[in-house]
Amino acid sequence: MMPDPERMPATTPRTIVTGVIGSDTHIVGNRILSMALEKAGYKVVALGALTPAPEFVKAAVETNADAILVSSLYGQGELDCRGFRELCIEAGLDAILLYVGGNLIVGKHPWDVVERIFLDMGFDRAAAPGMRVETVLDWLAQDFAARERAPRRQAG
Amino acid sequence: MHAAAALLIDFGSTYTKLRAIDLDRRIVLASGQGPSTVTTDISVGMRVALEDLRRRLGRLPRFRYRLGSSSAAGGLRMVTVGLVRELTAEAARRAALGAGAKLVGTYAYRLTAADMASIQGLGPDILLLAGGTDGGNSEVILHNARMLGSGTLDCPIVYAGNRAAWDAAKDLLAGKMAVCAENVMPEFNVLNIEPARAAIREIFLERIVHAKGIDRARDECDAVLMPTPAAVMDGARLLADGHGSASGLGDLVVVDPGGATTDVHSVASGQPRVPGVVQRGLPEPRVKRTVEGDLGMRHNAAAIGEMAGIPALAADARLPEGTVSRLIGELAQDVDRLPHDAEERALDRALARAALRCAMKRHCGSVETVYTAFGPATAQTGKDLSGVEVVVGTGGVIAHSRAPLELLETVVADPTEPESLRPRDPRFLVDREYLLYACGLLAGAEPEAALELALKYLKPPTEVLADDVAANG
Repeated sequence: MMPDPERMPATTPRTIVTGVIGSDTHIVGNRILSMALEKAGYKVVALGALTPAPEFVKAAVETNADAILVSSLYGQGELDCRGFRELCIEAGLDAILLYVGGNLIVGKHPWDVVERIFLDMGFDRAAAPGMRVETVLDWLAQDFAARERAPRRQAG
Repeated sequence: MHAAAALLIDFGSTYTKLRAIDLDRRIVLASGQGPSTVTTDISVGMRVALEDLRRRLGRLPRFRYRLGSSSAAGGLRMVTVGLVRELTAEAARRAALGAGAKLVGTYAYRLTAADMASIQGLGPDILLLAGGTDGGNSEVILHNARMLGSGTLDCPIVYAGNRAAWDAAKDLLAGKMAVCAENVMPEFNVLNIEPARAAIREIFLERIVHAKGIDRARDECDAVLMPTPAAVMDGARLLADGHGSASGLGDLVVVDPGGATTDVHSVASGQPRVPGVVQRGLPEPRVKRTVEGDLGMRHNAAAIGEMAGIPALAADARLPEGTVSRLIGELAQDVDRLPHDAEERALDRALARAALRCAMKRHCGSVETVYTAFGPATAQTGKDLSGVEVVVGTGGVIAHSRAPLELLETVVADPTEPESLRPRDPRFLVDREYLLYACGLLAGAEPEAALELALKYLKPPTEVLADDVAANG
């Protein structure tokens, strides 16, 4: 399902914050993702590697971002991402779209278990290892379109 | 006999100081001084200072330029407002400091009714309103514009936030004097403070000088161009960068310990010097000024005592702790006091050393080791000034010191604190004639002469000491 072009003003592209969370230096996948997002017409604020969770949120506040895409490749994602949605709510970003992707948890766990952990944390989507960039672009299109139709109500 | 001359004036909070310059020979003809009379009529102190100058010169030359800077009437008092504290609020702070302002209040996020009351109480000369990248968050800056627009605050407002929100903000600020400058952070983590700085300077020149009564000296002074800290900064920039074919000294740091604050200026990129080091935080301006409002040798002597510890100050001054505590108490009561005897001079030296060490540590960046899954990595915050080769001391405390090297040496990197990126092995220069601000004022009109004067009159501390010995012996 594609977003309605009438309701997507071409002059103001949606802003997406990307970065690799925690003490993780694996930047390559995140950079490929950021380039693909830019090519798809999004305005990308790329924070790069070694980014603490609060920095994602601060960048999203200043740039009025529509989504934050968090990468984690070194197996510590569960620890680093804990409380991420709460941080966003605290900063007034109640309705921001949150995705996470990469090698999120050390050890062999079925993907549906891993996905459930991150969805319960408040992420809207979790991308399994090996996920293609095109799938992420489709997700974004669907999720933004859904929000256009029924904007999430602000808390309170 | 009609050599071209320039008169450079510093309308200070205590004194009106003059420097008469021979532009052809590029020498200081004489200095004059009078009281600061800004609270009544600033031209009175100016005429006393001119009379002092006339006495020294025989007669006053015809001045081609008569340019002033001012820190009188509280300096350029500014309040900054931004969105996220570490981002646009910090960028706004840096723009104001870079314009030579005295920051009296900094605010982030939505202004509340209580914030508005406190800003009103601070009575700033200019308010700098930032927030949001271009096309980014506009809700908060519009809320803040609405608060400012509906309040009774009547100072000029420089809007340097989200460009997309200016049209709406302008309407909300109707009735206020508001100008728009380029965003201090147009893109995430991109610092753009020069346009805001220029807007602040223009308002200073066109309105603040008049509002503070400094333009009453207009018969004796053609223009009061900027706040004095901005003149020192311009002097530092000229000294570092040179002009045209005349090269400057390269990367440098200027320290200025004073009665109320300690200022540090650096002219250096401050990029990591070791490959592989990751820079963190907001990008650093090449010309950067920091002001330590808690490190003044008079108004904040007690704060320096608390920060350094009375035992450490006593040990450095070689005085009993009881004496140090008593003298610090007296200084806070008598902020214009000059040291009378050996004890007071020893304490002043220790206070200046503690203030300088701390101010330099805060100005310079630091590195920390971050442990990643694949071994340690180094992250740098702030400017790496470890390779800076020149440190200049200016201001009354250093100019009047009998041993300025003993003060300046405290800014050097400490081997026990390897994480702090202070200069490792700089050479020192002392602004004995208090000329750096004058060179900054002259930099716009006569950059070559200004540069030559700075290079000529800033002297190594050993040479200063030798002059002193000769003068006293």
